[in-house]
Amino acid sequence: MTEARTRGPLPRTRRQIYEDRLRRRSLLIAGGSTALVFGALFLLIPLAPGWEKVQRVFFNGEVFARTLPGLLEAFVLDVAIFAWSVPMIAVLGLLVALARDVSNPALYPLRIFATVFTDVFRGVPVVLTVYLIGFGIPGLGLPRPWNSPYIWGTVALVLTYSAYVAEIFRSGIESVHASQRAAAQSLGLRDKDVMRYVILPQAIRRVVPAQMNMLIALQKDVALLSFIGPVEIFRQAGVYKSLMANFTPYVGAALIFLAVTVPATRYADYLLAKQRRQRS
Amino acid sequence: MTKLRLDGVVKRFGANTVCDGIDLEVEAGQMVCLIGASGAGKSTLLRCINLLEPIEEGAIWLDGEDISIPGLDPQPVRTRIGMVFQSFNLFPHMTAAENVMLAPRRVHGQSRDELMPKVEELFRRFGLGDRLHHYPDQLSGGQQQRVAIVRALAMRPEVMLFDEVTSALDPQLVGEVLDVLRVLKEEGMTMVLATHEMGFAREAADKVCFLKDGRIVEEGPPSQIFGAPEREETRAFLARTLK
Ligand SMILES: Nc1ncnc2c1ncn2[C@@H]1O[C@H](COP(=O)(O)OP(=O)(O)O)[C@@H](O)[C@H]1O
Ligand SMILES: [Mg+2]
Repeated sequence: MTEARTRGPLPRTRRQIYEDRLRRRSLLIAGGSTALVFGALFLLIPLAPGWEKVQRVFFNGEVFARTLPGLLEAFVLDVAIFAWSVPMIAVLGLLVALARDVSNPALYPLRIFATVFTDVFRGVPVVLTVYLIGFGIPGLGLPRPWNSPYIWGTVALVLTYSAYVAEIFRSGIESVHASQRAAAQSLGLRDKDVMRYVILPQAIRRVVPAQMNMLIALQKDVALLSFIGPVEIFRQAGVYKSLMANFTPYVGAALIFLAVTVPATRYADYLLAKQRRQRS
Repeated sequence: MTKLRLDGVVKRFGANTVCDGIDLEVEAGQMVCLIGASGAGKSTLLRCINLLEPIEEGAIWLDGEDISIPGLDPQPVRTRIGMVFQSFNLFPHMTAAENVMLAPRRVHGQSRDELMPKVEELFRRFGLGDRLHHYPDQLSGGQQQRVAIVRALAMRPEVMLFDEVTSALDPQLVGEVLDVLRVLKEEGMTMVLATHEMGFAREAADKVCFLKDGRIVEEGPPSQIFGAPEREETRAFLARTLK
């Protein structure tokens, strides 16, 4: 037997041959049907009566090439707002999540505050919060730089997203089995150490994919700040649109967002799938 | 010397009375086994002793000190009573050594460096010498349960509670955990076990208590409980479990 094995590669089993054939067949069918659908779209869409106009106004190669560098430059502001919002959201979200479960009676007001906070900021549309805080607070006549809608718009995003992120943290904390808490308590750990060293590390790991999805949503919602002033990418696209009487800059802006969000979404899905495999 | 005493302990969950007036005395260095059908209240009783559950009536005394006074801070008491669970309950995000060192570090403020030699010693003694830096999911059930025992021992408790610590193990792994219990008894540890290992209880226990519906129906030395039970319920239970 050993002799036969050393002589060459193992002969393929009947099962392997069958599975290979199956795989080739599904590949062929998938490829064929995809080609058919996309081919039809490519051929049929240009036949539509308005296609030429749509192409000129939305998919204008020349406009695209001319505006892309400017759009990318404006996108840096989106990324900056995003980047300094994230740590604040993470901290505030975690604090709110913890505050909602405090049992110390002296801290009861904190608990009420955290509950109201999550209810309010999850209940109001983001764009309204951005308007109210972004225009409202600078309207108080604060001195510079505290009258900047750039700051208060970001604050609005941070508050809204902290409310969502807090709820996700809370669901993570609740998903850690009660036996983990019991084991930690039985060792004589104090409640705050049980939370900090036993519950939270497990809870946070579990909600990473869900929080990734929040980050992706945040990256897109940064564009809402364009309504109150900062010249980020959406605003910049609007400027180009007016200048060139062409909508292609919006398509360019959409493509830039996709270039960031699609890989991030895929990565979040990958993390989620990995976690599911590990837990089963 | 009486290490642990329970006086008429009553525990209810809503209208369900799970411990219904339990009296129990455990001498220092004794091993007491609680036996009885599932649902009899063995786990709940152990959780009450460790103050994981508040009791409705009665009192629990540790070294002559009432530890069941309502409002008493349970934390210092828990450092004196170790508990090991059926499902191990190791912390999955920490290595075996980190699991063991967590409470001594956070509660007693000991440093990793001063703890490490002691932890290595404990691991060696219980046949875990090369498993210090493994995560729980890289260990067999028997190894995980021995790490859980070492974790409780690292707090130098005066009493150890074991809740069916071999029930989740494959049969061939049960022996290695029971061996650990034998060693602890040899060293004079005071222990209360809830167990279904009748052979082990018969061989190693100083006292066996048969629980039914939250009451101790019969207690005595293993020779009496297993050899000549006085109560009909005890006989019926043993007849069911031993064959
Ligand atoms: N946290 C709880 N809440 C409500 N009922 C409980 C709880 N824990 C245990 N019980 C009930 O107490 C009874 C005894 O359970 P348990 O102490 O686990 O018994 P045993 O360990 O002897 O199998 C059971 O009827 C169970 O349903
Ligand atoms: Mg039980």
